[in-house]
Amino acid sequence: MSQTFTIDGRIIPFAEGQTILQAATAAGVFIPHLCYHPEFKPHGSCKLCTVKVSGRHAASCTMRAVAGMVVESDTEEINGERLALTQMLFVEGNHFCPSCEVSGNCQLQATAYHLGMMSPHYDHFFPNRAVDASHPDFLLDFNRCILCSLCVRASRDVDGKNVFALSGRGIATHLIVNAKSGQLGDTNFTPADKAAQVCPVGVILRKRKGFAVPIGERTYDRKPIAEIIEAGRESLT
Amino acid sequence: MTPPRKKIKVATTSLAGCFGCHMSFLDIDERLFTLLDYIEFDRSPLTDIKEVSPDCDIGIIEGGLCNAENVHVLRDFRKNCKVLIAIGACAINGGLPAQRNHLPLATILEEIYHTSPGLANGMIPNDPELPLPLNKVHPIHEVVQVDYFIPGCPPSADAIWKVLTDLLAGREPELGHSLMHYD
Repeated sequence: MSQTFTIDGRIIPFAEGQTILQAATAAGVFIPHLCYHPEFKPHGSCKLCTVKVSGRHAASCTMRAVAGMVVESDTEEINGERLALTQMLFVEGNHFCPSCEVSGNCQLQATAYHLGMMSPHYDHFFPNRAVDASHPDFLLDFNRCILCSLCVRASRDVDGKNVFALSGRGIATHLIVNAKSGQLGDTNFTPADKAAQVCPVGVILRKRKGFAVPIGERTYDRKPIAEIIEAGRESLT
Repeated sequence: MTPPRKKIKVATTSLAGCFGCHMSFLDIDERLFTLLDYIEFDRSPLTDIKEVSPDCDIGIIEGGLCNAENVHVLRDFRKNCKVLIAIGACAINGGLPAQRNHLPLATILEEIYHTSPGLANGMIPNDPELPLPLNKVHPIHEVVQVDYFIPGCPPSADAIWKVLTDLLAGREPELGHSLMHYD
């Protein structure tokens, strides 16, 4: 940990092979992200963790830290781009937070709060993908999916089940269930699966469990996402 | 702040709304009396004024667009108000009423007015007096330019108070973490 670089002027120590995002979170510096999860290999799809390194944009979840590099993150320009990316995610799906069971515990929503998103700005796509309620314990609302692939990675790499996959091209890309019928009920998916716990939004939902936490006590009611992640990581270093 | 000599004219309306944003506005409680030192209400569900005055300063819109009359009213507000504010989830992204967007309109009308059990000789209302529903529910920014957005379903009274007092004081409105929510 003798090597360092800077983020917005703050000195960040890092170990050889660490990405900018890993070193930043370990040092208690929040960089917004949705598809990155510390337990999985980076994916690089959400682009929320974009930072400016030597004048060029880079995904901090995939770019390795190099001694002496100068990183800009919490700037008007970069946060403006993150806001635009977040707004794109909101209009591409049906993010009706007022009736979503994950509201208050949703990483996409908390990130939008962090970035001060007052409106989705762009025209809405209003996608129409059927809900899959075939499983006895879970239902899937695909219209909230942000294609982070965390469930894909968790099911494949941790659970060894390969229940989920991304399919299609361009805006038609969508989450699918790997069963002949395409139904979750025809897989060996269980509540104990890692894939059942990693969705950062409201796609993979436990049946009969919604709205259990009172408003005011949900994860991001109490503290903004930046404070939670900064506090959580500082204790690890 | 000292009260201005000329009061700010504020018009409000509910399009495809539930009036919940208006109720949340009234949740500013006795601060409403303070507010009335600075503003006067123009066309609003709270007044009896039928048309928006051409010199309105602020227009507050609750609800998305679900029928032809909503579009006329919205355009009228935009034409006559210097500043237009979208208030609540419906005006901002269509809100929960936009959950009808994946169903064909004819199917919905059929089911509600015609085939529902208990509707003897039911028919879809066809009087020209009634505004025709739009195929889909739309956020208002897809039809007119919107100057400010207050998110929430509904936004809290404090969020509404913050935006209005910021605007009246000539500040750029800003909600902190505690006032920012979409649900």
